[in-house]
Amino acid sequence: MSTELKCHKGIGEKVEGTALVADDNFSARYDLDRIKGIFSRPQHKLHGQSYQDKILVLNTAKGGVASAWMLHEMKSRGITPKAILFNAANTILAQGAALAGLTMCDRFEDGDVTQLINTGDELIVDPAAGLVTIVKRA
Amino acid sequence: MLAGEMGDAKRWAIDHQIKVGEMFDADDLVAISQSHMHVDPESVGEAGVAFLEGLAASGGRVSVPMITDPRGVDLDYYHPLGQTEEMAELERRTIAACEKMGILMTNTCINYQTIMPPVMGDHVAYGDTGVVIYSNSACGARSNFEGGPSAMAAGLTGRTPRYGLHLDENRRATRRFVVREQPNGLTDWGVLGAVAGRMAGSYWEVPAIEGLERVPTSDEMKHMGAAMASWGSTPLFHLIGITPEAPTLASVGAEKLDAEEITKQDLDALRSTFGGKGDKVDVVVFAAPQLSIVEMQMVADLSAGQRFKCPVIVCTSSQVYPDAARAGLVETIEGAGGKVLQGTCFYQQYAREIGEANGWKRLLSNSVKIVNILGGYGYQPALASMEDCVASAVAGEIV
Repeated sequence: MSTELKCHKGIGEKVEGTALVADDNFSARYDLDRIKGIFSRPQHKLHGQSYQDKILVLNTAKGGVASAWMLHEMKSRGITPKAILFNAANTILAQGAALAGLTMCDRFEDGDVTQLINTGDELIVDPAAGLVTIVKRA
Repeated sequence: MLAGEMGDAKRWAIDHQIKVGEMFDADDLVAISQSHMHVDPESVGEAGVAFLEGLAASGGRVSVPMITDPRGVDLDYYHPLGQTEEMAELERRTIAACEKMGILMTNTCINYQTIMPPVMGDHVAYGDTGVVIYSNSACGARSNFEGGPSAMAAGLTGRTPRYGLHLDENRRATRRFVVREQPNGLTDWGVLGAVAGRMAGSYWEVPAIEGLERVPTSDEMKHMGAAMASWGSTPLFHLIGITPEAPTLASVGAEKLDAEEITKQDLDALRSTFGGKGDKVDVVVFAAPQLSIVEMQMVADLSAGQRFKCPVIVCTSSQVYPDAARAGLVETIEGAGGKVLQGTCFYQQYAREIGEANGWKRLLSNSVKIVNILGGYGYQPALASMEDCVASAVAGEIV
């Protein structure tokens, strides 16, 4: 049976994919090896894991403005997550998603999204409707 | 504008601003006095440079004064750092596209010290988190973190979506911290900023900090803010009795909040994760933010008559550099074996690639911001005061 999670209206297209979840934060500059498509920061809870074509589920965005350009650059090479879901995005990530055409949503009504979704869950993310559907549990 | 009668560049810009504004429930746009764009080629990439060239080719031209954050390549000094011709070419294309749109290539993250500081209540669209947090907190200006694309859009339209820190209600304190250990020196102010930022933990939190026994200098406030923004994604803080919006706790609504202490233990815990005495040093870096003329003099005074055993890189702005050269500071630092770069900042200049090209892993800096960033770029960063960084460069190991 599917579960629906309401969130704030987001940015980007409706997408389907597999969740990669951590109770941790996100910066494209601080945390990623963008060429290899993996989390490269040793202290990150997803260190060493590939983010390519995953729906990332994380707590919040941190750090610098560079992520705004970086999402666009990553998208041009085809090595990006399919979508990013946050408890709270910051302005930079939302702006970057708008330029890159990357799907992004935040502010979930039912609580901490990093607890509501598990790694491996199959999701449909609909930013215009502000809705994330868990279609299959891992 | 959205219909395209003002050209393709402005059509893109207003469409981008509407998308972002909707995500953050902005009711309208607010006119801005300046825009400042982060646009280093490592972040922007081939795709971003082509995008900027497209805006320029379509006739895009900024409608308010617009300036830039540091470059990724010092075009007078890149081969020795291991930067490639390809990187330099991307940099040249970035500069050409920006200049064509009327953007002033100031190449600085300390524009509030060197170009035109914003004033109280001034709505601006600034890139670089360090610039935003300083301008909001020390100057009382109003800016969100504007990533490169959004700063570009704001420069083109002369407006930005009215959300976040453009609104009074989002500038009130949400956390109240009491400092129990007085900072002493630039790095201590950075450590305090990092601890406060990490405790606050989100763009949407505003720390009010009390208990400071003296007014920080502009450089101290700069290090504090840059570290807080880096560690916490924090865009605004209030220092009670010091910063302009916070003469009292009540003026920012902090009197109703529970007071949380920042103790010596909290500060030491953050410091302890970055290196220790006797560790080897591959490179010492002074950057992030770029050095003011006062910091340049401090580094020069410490370097006079010394001989460094490892490379020492000093990054300053295109505005400070000529003054520092005229005052003999560049000559003094380079006489000891250091190198002063102009208009760049170390972490924005292909840090991973130059680290690999030069075999630099153990990097020592007095910047609490840079040691936070460079772990993800393959470095083992260590933190020390400016005095100890220079002494370590002379010794070849952390003193």
